[in-house]
Amino acid sequence: MSKNVDAIVIGGGIHGCSTTLHLCLAGLKPVLIEKDYAGRHASGVNAGGVRQLARHIPEIPLSIRSMGIWEKITDLLDDDCSFESHGQVLVAEDEDELAVCRARVAELNALGFTHEELIDAAELRRLVPAVAETCPGGVVSRRDGAANPAQTTTAFRRKAERLGATVREGVAAGNIRYSDGLWHVDAGSESFAAPVLVNAAGAWAGKIAADLGEPVPVETVAPMLMITSRVPHFIDPVVILRGRKLSFKQFKNGTVLIGGGHLAKPYQDRNETVLDWKSLATSAQTVFELFPVMRSATIVRAWAGIEAKMKDDIPVFGPSSRHRGLYHQFGFSLHGFQLGPGAGAVMAELIVNGGTQTRVSDLGIDRFHPSTL
Amino acid sequence: MTVAPKREDYDVVVIGAGPAGLAAAATSAEAGLSTLLLDENIGPGGQVFRAIASTPVTERNQLGADYWVGADLVQSLRASNAEVIHRATVWSLDRNLDIAVSIGGASAFVKAKRVILAIGALERPFPIPGWTLPGVMTAGAAQTMLKSSALVPDGRTVIAGQGPLLWLLAAQILRLGGRIDRILDTTERGNYFAALPHAFAFLTSPYFAKGLSMMREVKAKVQVVSGVTELAASGDGQLASVSYVAGGKRETIPTDLLLLHQGVVPNVNLAMAAGIEHRWDDLQLCWSPVLDASGNSSVAGIAIAGDGAGIGGANAAVVRGRIAARAAVDALAPASAAKLPATMATLRSDLAKAERGRLFLDTLFRPAPQFRIPSGDTIVCRCEEVTAKDVLDSVAIGATGPNQLKAYRRTGMGPCQGRLCGLTVTELMAQARGKTPQEIGYYRLRAPVKPITLAELAAVPKSEADVKAVVRG
Repeated sequence: MSKNVDAIVIGGGIHGCSTTLHLCLAGLKPVLIEKDYAGRHASGVNAGGVRQLARHIPEIPLSIRSMGIWEKITDLLDDDCSFESHGQVLVAEDEDELAVCRARVAELNALGFTHEELIDAAELRRLVPAVAETCPGGVVSRRDGAANPAQTTTAFRRKAERLGATVREGVAAGNIRYSDGLWHVDAGSESFAAPVLVNAAGAWAGKIAADLGEPVPVETVAPMLMITSRVPHFIDPVVILRGRKLSFKQFKNGTVLIGGGHLAKPYQDRNETVLDWKSLATSAQTVFELFPVMRSATIVRAWAGIEAKMKDDIPVFGPSSRHRGLYHQFGFSLHGFQLGPGAGAVMAELIVNGGTQTRVSDLGIDRFHPSTL
Repeated sequence: MTVAPKREDYDVVVIGAGPAGLAAAATSAEAGLSTLLLDENIGPGGQVFRAIASTPVTERNQLGADYWVGADLVQSLRASNAEVIHRATVWSLDRNLDIAVSIGGASAFVKAKRVILAIGALERPFPIPGWTLPGVMTAGAAQTMLKSSALVPDGRTVIAGQGPLLWLLAAQILRLGGRIDRILDTTERGNYFAALPHAFAFLTSPYFAKGLSMMREVKAKVQVVSGVTELAASGDGQLASVSYVAGGKRETIPTDLLLLHQGVVPNVNLAMAAGIEHRWDDLQLCWSPVLDASGNSSVAGIAIAGDGAGIGGANAAVVRGRIAARAAVDALAPASAAKLPATMATLRSDLAKAERGRLFLDTLFRPAPQFRIPSGDTIVCRCEEVTAKDVLDSVAIGATGPNQLKAYRRTGMGPCQGRLCGLTVTELMAQARGKTPQEIGYYRLRAPVKPITLAELAAVPKSEADVKAVVRG
């Protein structure tokens, strides 16, 4: 006998948790089903970048919407998520890269977006004093920052539960089927039924979509990160590079997180990843060259989280093109964390109101499948 | 002088040159397999035979006859063709049997057909109030100084805890002229009765006579307080006194040095980081790898021998090392197996003999809950200064296991990677949530299992794809 709820959300990453919370705020009673625990994979172990900077244009409106929520995250979640806003800086390492930056900012300005700002060498040095002297400038997005990803994802789950969501962790969603106008999903010994189903299963979402007749070009990836021992405070903003793969962030406690998108080998069925130290060595070398102050720091841990990457690097977000009541929210392609709060809010609007003021139409699954609805 | 491994591929790589590792490497090399032994210390021996080739303690009976057994193991290793590298810290091992090792500040990568982990044990955390004060150290650290530099305490010294190693250390300190003011024995009285059914096996084991004579030797010279049920260290920035309760009576004694010890547990970090399955051992109260009779783990090609496979002591470690190596020979060069002196059947019966009495010791020296599971302001995680109360507060707002706790409190995320807090966190959370430690689980451990500098990592040879990827375009 299925238990009737208003919506079933599959996946306890930041997206599933945020959507569940926003459905609660809209007065619905959703159930969230997570096979491990909330934040177990990419949402809990990513770099925590809260970044509007250097985004693909189709997802900028969602990112801006999300930023507004981040800035009031404590009001929403009763938890500060360790969010801090010291800006994010994209560093150009030479004049050619700076030219690309200049063109990008001009393009955004022409589209009406003003969050990215071109900076010269002097402003770059003011924001990031430790950066190598040879860098001629870059781009800053001043409202950006970073948060603690596991703390944030857990805070969304907790608040959703407090507002009446049912949360099932440690049980996989299975036997997904549609009958008599309702989606039915099994979770362990229980079964739930609802008119709405949200597929927010991250690296596992592609299979759910394919099983429901909407295959998409998605692969499972595991971007690697490493963290150092504590070093004296020397940098406030998050730094990313224009040319090389690197992101760089120092926490309040002095530890420094080094990322940038080098990939580990994922073993999705075992929830495991095997690190590629030769690629991490490339990141270490980049830091070595750019921030001499870091040379004697020690690497204390490296890891990788499993997530979904789309062929076109932008997420699948919005209603199914084949099934009524089915919504997709996955494939955030290494940059989904910042989008989580906004995406949950917009998804709840799509579900409850049937539409949203935030432009997300370029992200739909119909870019792969013409609508048959 | 820094010596990098001579080759990139080996039949067998043995990690750790304690009793198990020495025996495994010698056996593997003797059968003609290309064998590399990597060890973190400056010489062979591990902890039990520490400094066996270099100790300044030459009076043989001061360290005991068991110690000098190590010299024979070193001898047979040196007679073999095994390549041995000391001061070699293995910081990564994965399920593809890729090994990253730091030697003299430079990292190298080697690949093995078989890996034998012989990484031994660690002392169990002993989280009492004040255990982080300067002046409080582990018995193992004191023994390291004793064996490698003949250093013994000369201030007011208290040894607290329980277990065979505690008595061994006390005897060694006294023989070298060191000072011990009092021994506080925390063995629970009930354990003597619980251990009784296993006493016969123990009486017929080699441990019995040796253990008894050692305890007699120590008790003749030092006041021993048994049945200690509470223990705390205090002082203002430095240990000043130790207070304890025994037989319902509290006493406080001024102390300069407190040595704590309540047994050893498998050193799981490298094995867990390689993805090897572990289970909670409810008798030894620790995580032990899931192994078959030859020491093979859940990851194909990786075997574990010695105390890292579950605490069994030095004699068992030697045999387990031989068994794991023999299994590697059987798998890689079955024709050479006949060359080896002992058959697998002989080795297995040797192991049964070496393990006799272990059940008695494990039962007798099972540490009491109040010394494993702290409360209130007692520090649990030293790296991040997290107290027992902090952990319980996090459980109250939804942390369900050690990995979720990281998000709230950063426990286990410091340089020690949980070595000093992991067991405490698991047991504390299990108690708070009414679950078993097996259900609560452990930190997901990750390389580098020992920190390496950014400069060292930056100097590692890069893969071709990455070199191409950084070309600007």
